[in-house]
Amino acid sequence: MKILVCISNVPDTTSKINFTEDNSKFDTNGVQFVINPNDEFGLTRAMWFKEKQGATLHVATVGSAATEPTIRKALAIGADEAIRIDAEPTDGFFVARQLAEIIKNGGYDLVIAGRESIDYNGGMVPGIVAALLDMNFVNTCISLEVEGNNATAIREIDGGKEKIATSLPLIIGGQKGLVEESDLRIPNMRGIMMARQKQLNVVAPVDTNQATKDVSFEKPAAKGAVKLVDADNIDELVNLLHNEAKVI
Amino acid sequence: MSVLVYTETDNGKLKKNAFEVASYAFEVARQLSTDVTAIAFNAENASDLGNFGVSKVLNCTNKELSTFNAKAHATSIAQAAEKEGAKVIIVSSSTDARYLAGILSGILKAGYVPNVVAAPQGVSPFTVKRTAFSNKGFAHTEIASEIKIIGVSNNAFGSVENKVDAEIENFNLNVSDVDLGTKSVEIDRVVGKATIADADIVVSGGRGLKGPENWGMIEELADVLGAATACSKPVSDLGWRPHSEHVGQTGKPVASNLYIAIGISGAIQHLAGVSASKVKVVINTDPEAPFFKAADYGVVGDAFEVVPKLTEKLKEFKAQNA
Ligand SMILES: Cc1cc2nc3c(=O)[nH]c(=O)nc-3n(C[C@H](O)[C@H](O)[C@H](O)COP(=O)(O)OP(=O)(O)OC[C@H]3O[C@@H](n4cnc5c(N)ncnc54)[C@H](O)[C@@H]3O)c2cc1C
Ligand SMILES: Nc1ncnc2c1ncn2[C@@H]1O[C@H](COP(=O)(O)O)[C@@H](O)[C@H]1O
Repeated sequence: MKILVCISNVPDTTSKINFTEDNSKFDTNGVQFVINPNDEFGLTRAMWFKEKQGATLHVATVGSAATEPTIRKALAIGADEAIRIDAEPTDGFFVARQLAEIIKNGGYDLVIAGRESIDYNGGMVPGIVAALLDMNFVNTCISLEVEGNNATAIREIDGGKEKIATSLPLIIGGQKGLVEESDLRIPNMRGIMMARQKQLNVVAPVDTNQATKDVSFEKPAAKGAVKLVDADNIDELVNLLHNEAKVI
Repeated sequence: MSVLVYTETDNGKLKKNAFEVASYAFEVARQLSTDVTAIAFNAENASDLGNFGVSKVLNCTNKELSTFNAKAHATSIAQAAEKEGAKVIIVSSSTDARYLAGILSGILKAGYVPNVVAAPQGVSPFTVKRTAFSNKGFAHTEIASEIKIIGVSNNAFGSVENKVDAEIENFNLNVSDVDLGTKSVEIDRVVGKATIADADIVVSGGRGLKGPENWGMIEELADVLGAATACSKPVSDLGWRPHSEHVGQTGKPVASNLYIAIGISGAIQHLAGVSASKVKVVINTDPEAPFFKAADYGVVGDAFEVVPKLTEKLKEFKAQNA
């Protein structure tokens, strides 16, 4: 089985979000970039397929040279090879087109992406890839087993979960639950050393139009002070929720 | 040309968010001087959509389509869009809608913008406001493609009545398991209870509640309010509550009218996922808990005393206002 894990390079979850150039760009100043958490779960699951089922594991990202530390981290965790499509990931459609090209030419059986990138929260790349390449697709995937050509997945649905039978070639949008939190891989020294010898192929993007464009950004309005209610005066809380906030 | 809206059903009945997305579609249609067509699957009360500005409903009554299948539903919506010459497609933010929207975007080569919080700011260029960076910012996004897909954030626009006569048309498609590629084997879902995705009120518990045995009072409070229950990440990691209840940046997003956080500190990753809720109440013993900075109302106190009291008071309130 040949697996591709799609990795998006995102600001660490604790990052302060600011905008620059007249609010037209995300300000990366002082921001620490990491493997998108949803992709980290997928990468760990992919390592299991590599170690237990002898799968070959590649990772791909669409991004500038600045994303290489993140991609190297994926190699240090255990991916065999990495591909970087040398372009700014301007929107979901653009990214999906680039990845589709890599997947088509690379002959991957299983593509593991994430439910969404925590930066722009698009939640669309794996779905678009699935449609472009007519691959089977399971989103919000919290469990994945593969046997031969058949796959069994569980996806989270509103209020519960659904078990799905499908087959390869398959693409998933993974998320927390795909592996145990305690099983998440972090690179060790040996992995980091080995990663230096591994291939990181830089490829040129294919020509494609951007479908959407973020023209400007803004930050949410500052929050007013919290209204404190005394623990012995819960009537007041009910009153406020009814008469002031009008939510009950 | 028309604006097409995907209105979801649950067990044959239109879901509450169906009326919200229909209302949003009506506003887009007004800006484009056109009408709204809805597509629904096995909706028994399809004509109710007329109260929210829908002039025509394409109701798919295939029994193969009674269970949600993202590819089948996306393909049907694409066919409906083509038939109606729709250039704008509106969907909700439910898990199913997000699942099919990516596929639909790929099929139609249409730009898709999710998490939209307001009516379009203009239609040429077509610009919408959406949340980004997990609610830590907003983006104003232009959609350049010929066909545009908008995912409306839950509770952001609300349902707005606009009475029109809705014409109902049967719309049947040929679908077979073979080309769908995925098959639903088993659905394990809480029934008859509000879910985090569509509840007006969400009651959420954190590690401050000490253990799963203490969730009775959370459920009781949720019951009185008709609310969904949720939890912080460590609570689901510890197995106190199911993963499907975990909310936050790496869990389910919450955009309810009221979010009540009990024994939750308010870590940045938690807040990122719940801050789209309109009114936030926090109950915590520690007055320094970060959540107080993000909340509208707060009670500094022990959950084990405050929650039963709040439930009691709400019961009295409900009895008086019934
Ligand atoms: C990459 C990453 C992603 C993450 N994603 C998420 C996410 O999506 N969602 C999420 O929730 N977390 C997430 N986290 C974890 C987050 O950082 C916090 O650890 C977590 O939110 C803390 O949960 P908590 O508030 O329940 O527990 P704690 O931080 O332990 O807080 C418990 C609170 O309960 C209060 N308390 C104690 N006893 C009582 C009592 N008797 N009555 C009332 N209050 C009491 C305490 O004062 C305290 O404020 C993520 C972390 C990382 C690194
Ligand atoms: N620039 C990128 N490079 C590689 N994969 C990406 C990129 N952006 C998004 N993805 C993948 O698509 C998933 C969903 O991203 P998005 O649609 O941007 O929210 C991510 O979890 C990644 O697996």
